[in-house]
Amino acid sequence: MKFRVGSPSSITVCFAFCFALCSLAPAQDLASFEKRITVKKLTNGLTVIICERPEAPVFSFFTHVDAGSVQDPMGKTGLAHMFEHMAFKGTDTIGTRDYAGEKVALAKVEEAYAAYIAERDKPVDRDEARLKQLEQSWKDAIAAADRFSAPYNNEFGKIVESEGGEGMNAETNLDETVYFYSFPINRLELWAYLESERFLHPVLRQFYKERNVVIEERRMRTDSNPIGRLLEQFTEEAFAAHPYHRPTIGWISDLNSFSATDAENFFAKYYVPSNMVVSVVGDLRAAEAMPVVEKYFSRIPTRTRPDTATTSEPPQNSERTVVLHEQSQPLYLEGYHRPDYRSPDDQIYDAIADLMSNGRTSRLYRALVRDQQIASDSAGFTGLPGNKYPHLFAFYAFPIPGHKPLEMAGAIHAEIDRLKNEDISDAELKMIKTRAKANLIRSLGSNEGLASSLALYQSRYDDWRELFRSVERIDKVTKADIRRVANQTFTPDNRTVGIIEFAGGPPGPGAGPQGGGQ
Amino acid sequence: MKRAVVCFFAGFVLVLPLGVMGGFLGGHGQLWAQTSAQQPWQQIPIHPLPAFHPQQPKRIALPNGMVLFLQEDHELPLIDGTARIRGGERSVAADKTGLTDVYGEVWRTGGTKSQTGDQLDDFLEQRAAKVETNGGSDSTTVSWSCLKEDFDDVFRVFEDLLKNPEFRSDKIAIAQKGLYDGISRRNDDPSQIASREAAKLVYGAQSPYARVPEYRTVAAITRQDLVEWHGRYVHPNNIILGVVGDFDSTKMEARLREAFAAWPKGPAASDPEIKPEPAKPDYYQVEKTDVNQSNILMVGVGITRRNPDYFALSVFNEAFGGGFSSRLFGDIRTTKGLAYAVGGGVGAGWDHPGMLRLMVSTKSKTTVESIQAIGEEIAELAKRPIDEEEIKRAKDSILNSFVFRFDSPEKVLQEKMAYEFYGYPLDFLETFQKKIETVTREDVARVAAKYLHRDQMAVLVVGNVAEFDQPLSTLGTVHKIDIRIPAPPPGLMAEPAEHP
Repeated sequence: MKFRVGSPSSITVCFAFCFALCSLAPAQDLASFEKRITVKKLTNGLTVIICERPEAPVFSFFTHVDAGSVQDPMGKTGLAHMFEHMAFKGTDTIGTRDYAGEKVALAKVEEAYAAYIAERDKPVDRDEARLKQLEQSWKDAIAAADRFSAPYNNEFGKIVESEGGEGMNAETNLDETVYFYSFPINRLELWAYLESERFLHPVLRQFYKERNVVIEERRMRTDSNPIGRLLEQFTEEAFAAHPYHRPTIGWISDLNSFSATDAENFFAKYYVPSNMVVSVVGDLRAAEAMPVVEKYFSRIPTRTRPDTATTSEPPQNSERTVVLHEQSQPLYLEGYHRPDYRSPDDQIYDAIADLMSNGRTSRLYRALVRDQQIASDSAGFTGLPGNKYPHLFAFYAFPIPGHKPLEMAGAIHAEIDRLKNEDISDAELKMIKTRAKANLIRSLGSNEGLASSLALYQSRYDDWRELFRSVERIDKVTKADIRRVANQTFTPDNRTVGIIEFAGGPPGPGAGPQGGGQ
Repeated sequence: MKRAVVCFFAGFVLVLPLGVMGGFLGGHGQLWAQTSAQQPWQQIPIHPLPAFHPQQPKRIALPNGMVLFLQEDHELPLIDGTARIRGGERSVAADKTGLTDVYGEVWRTGGTKSQTGDQLDDFLEQRAAKVETNGGSDSTTVSWSCLKEDFDDVFRVFEDLLKNPEFRSDKIAIAQKGLYDGISRRNDDPSQIASREAAKLVYGAQSPYARVPEYRTVAAITRQDLVEWHGRYVHPNNIILGVVGDFDSTKMEARLREAFAAWPKGPAASDPEIKPEPAKPDYYQVEKTDVNQSNILMVGVGITRRNPDYFALSVFNEAFGGGFSSRLFGDIRTTKGLAYAVGGGVGAGWDHPGMLRLMVSTKSKTTVESIQAIGEEIAELAKRPIDEEEIKRAKDSILNSFVFRFDSPEKVLQEKMAYEFYGYPLDFLETFQKKIETVTREDVARVAAKYLHRDQMAVLVVGNVAEFDQPLSTLGTVHKIDIRIPAPPPGLMAEPAEHP
């Protein structure tokens, strides 16, 4: 919880140097990347970006799927994330000893599960004895299916690891799902095979055990963590209509209900080539690598791009508040609705976030931590809980012992009022623009970072160059823009507040702070 | 638009936690050799990696004992540097625990003789540069990062901080308040409780490797303490300085000699002798009523990297509790579905024993079941030792990903600085690779038997006791750990304000 001022990755460059991007040294400007980047849309609709960065004999990739938990069907929250876990379970050749037999066994699991759920969820006349029997049949079917895969548990991961894969992981958020790792360069073709195979012939084996793993993940991140509990309640309150009110991890009843069939349907609908961007960055030549990538990834069949229409969040017309009374120390959080990332004001919000939060010269640090000494950390940031759709610009503060969440609100609002009523200084505006360019430069220094950014920008804008252009747009932000956007956005009626109040320790000796000043 | 993740709010991004260890030459694993028909992925040719000789930093020892490492990297127009100074929190008196936390912050925020910390903030941010200081267990650091054009300006700040810090009192007060806040929040997150209490069980509650700051010990820290600390440790003969970035080594060497060659030697830092005092191998329970998952840690004393068993243990750790391929992941997570987070191994420290640490987080009602499941995995090691296939896979994983240990000039620099700091041979990494290659099945079985004894491990559980499947007492002697935070000395805290 310590305030951390600028990790090395947020280091910036002098503004004399970066008034214009064209003054950047060759390794960082758009023109240089134009020479090193090759984009190809395969005939099935999948986009491949290759970036040549010959620093060491390795490469990193990101597979970016333009579907996240916003696409979870009603009553099946957590499904996008659940599929992400299943994408590590192998294929019809990886992780099985006899796929033909396993396929039949897995279908039986689904049948048995559907029968069990139908009985379990009967509104009236549930037959408990029959339910027990159906549950047992389902478990027996699972045991039968497991016999086809048991000796090859986690085979996909085992291959990647033993071949030298580094940092293998995946992430699901509300907006998208990404898969990534790095390999020595001599494994490029092996990678292209493995990664395409994963989305060509996925087999959702061991689904219900993995579902228990995901439920443990929910217990860890949300149920057993006060900040996790607050965030779930807070976003649920802030979004009445848009799916941003859903937790990515899923509600527990949904986790205990959805099936492998549901996950397979989700995969079939959203993991279509035109919804996917694959970026590869490292010690490779596009002329040699692209045919290899194309050979394997073009095997994924073309399918129609899904309808991704969502309910628009209506304007908020009254302040909303959630207060959690916890055994843990207090926290103040507030969020204001703002438009999505395509808004012409997007970079103005980025500028405000930087001004309010970046380093020891930031306004919130100086006001709440340094001068008033009421908080250990305070910042404003955008992109809560996602940014593909209209979302929140949020502020938070951690009160130090002896101080209350509502004091944080007062201090944060005073700083917001300054934004609305006074122009920021010339020095501040220059700092913001300088840092934006510097952050960009810093992000170009690793294969992983580049692969991540290129895939994201290509997916969101259908053009990776926006990574550079967004910094050009921040360079055009004016003092008047900041005042206008602050006045437009940071209004009481547009606000949702989330508070953790310290409610005392648990009864009796044991856990819970005795002191703490609360 | 940014892929912004504020660490506190990272809860919106869900990832698979994997403790994948970091391997190099061509050639597939022999995993599938037993199957007669080759699988499709085995038919893909893997050519040997092209020869790769990562650039080594230039090492310079100044006559006053200061050691410099210069690593050129011309990809980006940046220059970064870190000075690591011997002496850290483990040398602090117990009644001032937290001293290097305060020192590590106020060294920078308290400014220099000629400029306040706030002035430095403005000066550096205008140049979009950073100079930061930090306290650690065995050392403290000052580092900078800047655009190469600003090097002279920023390096002057770095040098000034190293030689003329002022530790202004107003910033000491802010640092103390930040620490009080951290103390007040330290029981909010169950995994934080588990890590903290587990260290106490391994090293002893009062050990410098386990104790934590209290209101009382932080309140006792004075400006004089910081000044004295600086006077005791910050001498050229206690400093290793590494610089990486877009510079010319000859010119950089001249600049650094100009800055530091005439700096007189001081007394050498000495490290305290600290022996682990492990707790009895019983059960230790921390009750937390606001959780539905137990954080379980089974712990004991580990080894140092100087131990010849380090290499066999690295292979063992990978096979037993490392990544996707490990036994713990495969059995406890994949097959039994008991946990999302599971793993661990015999930890290796640089200059003191690391922790043997096996962890699992599971729902309250499978707490005892999970402890038993890990116990069975340990017992199984004797009955069914790590086999050739598992060893092959673990070694391939380490060796094939070995290139990632030195795939950037900065990583190479950091490795060399660590070896220099702890007195390891500078070719330790190269040796490591050869030693891993020679590890045999017998080596792995021997170290597993030598270091993993279920009956010598302390078991810590942080969880909702009333919801456990069985009481821990069904397993053995249980000690309840009281984690209540000792109250602050009277008058230390502000009264809760009325406003607004």
